[in-house]
Amino acid sequence: MTQENSTLIIKDAETYFVVPISRPDFGSSGKTGSWRTERPVVNEEKCTKCLYCWLYCPEDTILRREDDMVYVDYDYCKGCGICAAVCPVNAIEMVPEVKRGEN
Amino acid sequence: MSETKKVLRIKSLYDLPREELFISGHGLCPGCTAGTIMRMLTKVTGKDTIVVNATGCVEVSTTRYPYSNWLIPWLHSAFENSGASASGIVAAIKAMKRKGIMDKDKDVKVVVVAGDGGTVDIGLQSLSGMLERKDPVMYVLYDNEAYMNTGIQRSGSTPHGAWTTTTPAGKVWRGEWRDKKDIAGIAAAHHIPYVATANPAYPMDMINKFARGLEVLNEGPSFIQVLMACTTGWRFDPALGITISRLATETGIFPIYEIDHGNFRVTFPIMKRKPVKEYLKLQGRFAHLTDEEINEIQKMVDQKVETINKMAGKTVIGPVG
Repeated sequence: MTQENSTLIIKDAETYFVVPISRPDFGSSGKTGSWRTERPVVNEEKCTKCLYCWLYCPEDTILRREDDMVYVDYDYCKGCGICAAVCPVNAIEMVPEVKRGEN
Repeated sequence: MSETKKVLRIKSLYDLPREELFISGHGLCPGCTAGTIMRMLTKVTGKDTIVVNATGCVEVSTTRYPYSNWLIPWLHSAFENSGASASGIVAAIKAMKRKGIMDKDKDVKVVVVAGDGGTVDIGLQSLSGMLERKDPVMYVLYDNEAYMNTGIQRSGSTPHGAWTTTTPAGKVWRGEWRDKKDIAGIAAAHHIPYVATANPAYPMDMINKFARGLEVLNEGPSFIQVLMACTTGWRFDPALGITISRLATETGIFPIYEIDHGNFRVTFPIMKRKPVKEYLKLQGRFAHLTDEEINEIQKMVDQKVETINKMAGKTVIGPVG
């Protein structure tokens, strides 16, 4: 997005204002998925579609399919683990992004 | 104003709209429950809403210029004038309707989102003014109990015994020594239609309180205090945000209640309270407390619960057991 896009210019006969405006867009802080150290993995066999993870996710990265099965948006998931902590049937597992000893 | 307002009332979470108005990619810390609260809030308010956001964590991290995470009109105001800004918007809407610029039947809601610093300390005068003028604004306070955004300095909302960078824990100072300000009580003392405290660990209750707060706007303002567990400032594992929020209510530290037109009601009665130690031991900001100090906090909570029971007229929050 360019600077011109994100400003509102109000012109009239005598005055000239530039009003700074932020426009809504995904990822105002970039792809926040790069902050993650552990990734949530949904076990679709255990999932009972209770949607607790979708409800409590602070990032809106637990997405719902039409049949209410959930999946994770790894572009923006910060890997906090709230979804795994609130899951009543432990269907979400937190898997380390890098295994110990690697890297 | 129209008589029948369409306000979302939910019985199960399948009634919630799928549409998100607070979208991903914001800069809040991983595990920050403010994200949960704002998502729920925008789901209830819907698109015809103007959000006034006082300076604070949510403001700083969700609207990095030139982007915004809010799909609804959003205004940044300073710490001390969020209430006044909201009043100004209400006046502008009224004037635009009178002049015929805006459709007269259009129902535009004005919601203030402010942190505890911008409400309890710095913005208290503008909040009080707004409540006094009875402007139709819903004020949502997300209470993370210190100035987390600037580096965990104490605020009027910091509870007794908590470590912050300005109330350090050592041999002489044992963390914060003042008690938490009862901001919901202060708001209720303005005799506004609706005052409530809510907790994101009880989402149905919280969402219905937001809905009720919007419903009463044709009579006057509403004030809702929401507890927001802060992973950075409270020093706990990011995954435990909701668990700790739930313990705050289960131990009686943060009872959730509503005062609807003067009628006091505890919306989550607890028969057997958990000891406060369970809540305190999960957080690094209380790690320095000795058993004696924890007992002292337990006594303070017991007293608070007694007051709540007196207000309710019966035992709604039971003894520790």
